[in-house]
Amino acid sequence: MPDFDVLVLGGGPAGVNAALAASAAGLKVALFDENTAAGGQVYRAPIDASVPLTGGRQPGDALRHELAQSAVATYFNHVVWAVTTDYRVDASGPAGPMHCTGRALIVATGTTERVVPFDGWTTPGVIGLAAATILLKSQGILPGRSTLVAGCGPLLAAVAAKTLEGGGKVEAIADMAGLGDWGRTLPAMVSRPDLMLEGFHWWREIRRAGVPILSRHTIVKVEQARDGLLATLAPCDAAGRPVAGKRRSVVADCIAVGHGLTPSTEITRLLRAEHRYSRQAGGWIAVADQDGRTSRPRLYVAGDGAGIAGAAAASHHGTLAGLACAIDLDATETTQFRSRVPAVRQLHVKAARFGRAMAQLMALRPGHVDSVGPQTIVCRCEDVTRAEIDAACDAGAHDVNQLKAWTRCGMGPCQGRTCADVAAELLAARVHGGLREPAGCFSARTPLRPMTVEALTGDFSYDDIPIPKAAPL
Amino acid sequence: MLNQKTMRIDNAGRGATIGFFFDGLTIPARIGESVAAALFASGTKTLRTSPRELMPRGMFCLMGSCQECLVMVDGRRVLACRTTVADGMRVEKVPEARIDA
Repeated sequence: MPDFDVLVLGGGPAGVNAALAASAAGLKVALFDENTAAGGQVYRAPIDASVPLTGGRQPGDALRHELAQSAVATYFNHVVWAVTTDYRVDASGPAGPMHCTGRALIVATGTTERVVPFDGWTTPGVIGLAAATILLKSQGILPGRSTLVAGCGPLLAAVAAKTLEGGGKVEAIADMAGLGDWGRTLPAMVSRPDLMLEGFHWWREIRRAGVPILSRHTIVKVEQARDGLLATLAPCDAAGRPVAGKRRSVVADCIAVGHGLTPSTEITRLLRAEHRYSRQAGGWIAVADQDGRTSRPRLYVAGDGAGIAGAAAASHHGTLAGLACAIDLDATETTQFRSRVPAVRQLHVKAARFGRAMAQLMALRPGHVDSVGPQTIVCRCEDVTRAEIDAACDAGAHDVNQLKAWTRCGMGPCQGRTCADVAAELLAARVHGGLREPAGCFSARTPLRPMTVEALTGDFSYDDIPIPKAAPL
Repeated sequence: MLNQKTMRIDNAGRGATIGFFFDGLTIPARIGESVAAALFASGTKTLRTSPRELMPRGMFCLMGSCQECLVMVDGRRVLACRTTVADGMRVEKVPEARIDA
């Protein structure tokens, strides 16, 4: 008899709403997250109630309140390190190792930020845009006295505006997208006037502060200088490739850079669910119906981890997965919930329109990856360069797992989360004419996060280990 | 408003300031902050070296994915971004990091 009906992995808007929907339908639900509170990245809880915040705050608070009022068993501060095909979840928490089983599993593990490598991107002080967001929104700390914001997507404006609001200086914003790219998102933006207004507010604050906005520019190099980090910016084309034109130098304490998000699919890949590659969705995603049912029975995906569509869409997608799970498990209250599905689907489609337009701005640009220099490190954990990856491809590495075996790219402690998308893009371009499917993706392995043996065994005394009597000779 | 000295966005009623140690140096922090964020705010950006080229590395993703901020706390290997500071906590670089504080 499983411990729970449903295990939900991930406490962002998708996971929480999935848990709430399944719980309301009468199912016994447990939710796991490695953070201290629900909210995920977008609705991340501040460490201190008095941290000044704008936007994003209310949905997170409402989410946390609703979860606290529900019957969902929550396991925060728990790192899930193994999941089996019979839906046993092993986690490491503050009280040591634990495990439980469920009849069904909902995976709502969100995304990882993608940073396309450039010379010097491993220099301390260069951080992800998402990392800068956490510093500002959750920790109440500025990324630097002066910050350069670079990359693509809506996080550029969010990080710059919140840095200014906090009293910091933004040296420049280098946006890979051009004005035309932003213009193409307008029809979708109109569907969410609230978010569009927030965006306009950010850009107005940025303009008012006189921050130089370099449209169609990309960061090509960072060096350690006496007075901070020296970044070189270059104009780029629509494919993200640096082109001839004026190089600009910017000195800043901190460089916050991000090139979009990739869905975190370790768990569904580990469970051998069917996956497909979608550049628009952010990368490899589990094949699923619109309510999140995957190719495996009673395994569901929800939210950005199922394909980038934004936090608002993730909430509805979570509800859909929770309802789908309740219907499939024949929960006691199913009849009244079945009727909710069409309305939630409509809400999801509408919310996803905005999120997917933003995802479009953040999709991986092939020319950008192609411009990575031969001596630039691609795999940070193992210091594997582009030239080493190219050499392995030329020597016959046919997919990323061969590449990993030959070069150690993706074999380090981050388990490929940081480099997988770029390494696969490089291999696909060199070996498969740009097709990502034959390049594959890294095999998911347990432990899903690096674990110490101590964390797995928990506290024990040697005296407690039963020693069997020696067998008679 | 910003406290220029500490890089912290300040307002009334903030959490109290505490102190912890990084390789013996006292680092100020506020209750609730992660070790990674507190070190970053204090200007301590290099936390370890990469295993092959011995290049300096520091906090990068701040959400437990990249593993760049691995440090020792009370003799255990932990991610600085997933560890909340405590008053008097002793944080050290991992033994294989061949750099000085």
